[in-house]
Amino acid sequence: MKAPLAPTLALARSLGALSRLRGGGGTSAPGKLLMRLDPGAIGALAGRLTRGSVVISATNGKTTTAAFTSGILRHHGISLVHNRAGANMAGGIASTLLDAAGPRGAIRGELGLFEVDEYWLGDLVSQLRPRAILLGNLFRDQLDRYGELESIAERWAGTLDADPAREARLVLNADDPMVADLGRAREGTQREAEVLYYGVEDDSLALAGMAHAADAKHCRRCGAPYVFDAIYLGHLGHYHCPSCGQRRPAPSITAADVALEGVRSARFTLHTPTGRADVQLALPGLYNVYNALAAAALAYALDIPLPTIVAGLQATAPAFGRAESVTVAGRSLRILLVKNPTGANEVLRTLALEPGQHDLLGVLNDNIADGRDVSWIWDADFELLAGRLRRVTCAGTRAAELAVRLKYAGIDPAAIEVQPDLAMALDTAVASGSSGPEESDPPPLYALPTYTAMLSLRQLLVSRGEARSAWS
Amino acid sequence: MNIYADRGNLLMLERRCAWRGLDFKLTASGLGEPLDGTAHDLFYLGGGQDRDQRLCAEDLLAHKREGLHIAARRGAVVLGVCGGYQLLGSSYVLGSEEIPGVGLVDVRTVRHEGPRLIGNVAIEVELDPGTPARVLAGFENHGGRTHLGADERPLGRVLRGHGNDGHSGFEGVRRGNVIGTYLHGPLLPKNVWLADWLIATALRIDIAALAPLDDAFEDLAHVGARRAAGL
Repeated sequence: MKAPLAPTLALARSLGALSRLRGGGGTSAPGKLLMRLDPGAIGALAGRLTRGSVVISATNGKTTTAAFTSGILRHHGISLVHNRAGANMAGGIASTLLDAAGPRGAIRGELGLFEVDEYWLGDLVSQLRPRAILLGNLFRDQLDRYGELESIAERWAGTLDADPAREARLVLNADDPMVADLGRAREGTQREAEVLYYGVEDDSLALAGMAHAADAKHCRRCGAPYVFDAIYLGHLGHYHCPSCGQRRPAPSITAADVALEGVRSARFTLHTPTGRADVQLALPGLYNVYNALAAAALAYALDIPLPTIVAGLQATAPAFGRAESVTVAGRSLRILLVKNPTGANEVLRTLALEPGQHDLLGVLNDNIADGRDVSWIWDADFELLAGRLRRVTCAGTRAAELAVRLKYAGIDPAAIEVQPDLAMALDTAVASGSSGPEESDPPPLYALPTYTAMLSLRQLLVSRGEARSAWS
Repeated sequence: MNIYADRGNLLMLERRCAWRGLDFKLTASGLGEPLDGTAHDLFYLGGGQDRDQRLCAEDLLAHKREGLHIAARRGAVVLGVCGGYQLLGSSYVLGSEEIPGVGLVDVRTVRHEGPRLIGNVAIEVELDPGTPARVLAGFENHGGRTHLGADERPLGRVLRGHGNDGHSGFEGVRRGNVIGTYLHGPLLPKNVWLADWLIATALRIDIAALAPLDDAFEDLAHVGARRAAGL
């Protein structure tokens, strides 16, 4: 493959900068231009990375898993090229590589760490030729954009079965039947040892039944319904197929003795073939235990020693909008991204662990990046918050449908206000805490925004000087 | 089957009955279980992914077909949404196979080379003759193209979106109290008037006899869904 010429890189950079100045496009604009100027640019630039690349894909937790992995690898002294802003399609990854590219074939960074959109996995794997691929989970997400869940699993299977993925180390979530089954193609081959499974081993976490948002209830091999011996999150858990005998593979990297500490933190014991250690995360919820465990497994596959893995996990702070806390007009606001039913359920479950009453700012958008179809809110268990909300402000392009959802979840309609405009809704939500002399200490305020709503909220807070820029 | 948040529709019916003091009982009919067509007032078939839909199709034919026909004959409400709509018809194509449906309506669904029909949709329906036309707004996402037999009437006329096959201008099917539609998942939360129509029809009472409820949020959600469809 020929290296992109320096003038091509310079042109893409300046045109990209120009379009950003004019307010067009986001972080992916220069990369899209670069790919148009040189379709082989991603492969050529990634080829400069002396330690190669790793890619991470999943429906939920890509950004946070990549943040944990980054924490570990940096702690190990490895410099990274990492699409940190979550721009995870080809344009965003090309932009990240472009930013890192120097003159005469140089690149700033030894290892590429890329979170990759589920739909783009095949395309980007063939260009990046990663040494390791981490696949975390497949949940129902934005069906209007992606088609159905099983077709993504089939695409992934096709990607893993072809070059260059066949040469890569695979790190798979044993607890997700659809993901774990992707390791089957290597069973009995000499590449079998190159598959590393991770999973949770903690019976105390098991849920009573399948959550409403559960997917993948049927065996990928024979179509029979799985029997779940334990369910931890959505359809993640311990399962077997009574018909063909398919079982959850025994994971070599596991989390046990998990302790969830409300919206603030979580603890677990990390078990690896080389030893075990206690891990204290600065991020809450079982979903973040899964993200940390995934990052630990990926780091283990890259031969990072256990103490470095633990130190890196513990030093990782929330990615923007993922349980990040900011202060608005003297009131603490914690932002928890919700973008699909499984993710939302974990956020709601985590929120329900907090004692007392809460105030809520829910922001439901139906822009393309959110998914135009907002049906998923009806599969999220907002019932968990019934009786626990003092005030609710609903905002966003589909604010009223969120209000309807909350009303039918058993939240008092008198406590709900619909205010589609985000800036006004934020004012309302914040103000409803300080009014009334009898309430000296307002309850904690949580924002649950969808993806584009989170970006707008973030921008709003930055413009008001309440939060640092995520792009700084 | 439950993929596109069918729970929203059921929750809507349940709560609105409960708020009016009407006794509402929800019974799930699982794989392999026979269906008693005389035991319920309303039968709901939701959407599913291909694999689930195949399992459901086999099960419906083996265990529930007779019950659904009995239910329709006695005037119970049968509502099929998305995949459930396809299964109500005489046949549909899944992969390379043509699979027989429940046959409550003369409707055939075929696969099409073209893209999935996806997006916000609004249709105009007239459920009772002589009453003004109402709008149903929602979201459709289907690969199949559904064709109505010569004697079959659609549920409504497409105002925005694709409808049954993308070009006929019709959406869904309606024969008596059997209704099929591609407006998936939480159709009723966006169209509260239809929820009440279904409740009244299932109970065989006049819709005006239902106690009024405060539907301020529901009405706003309907406006939001219409606006999303470009209406």
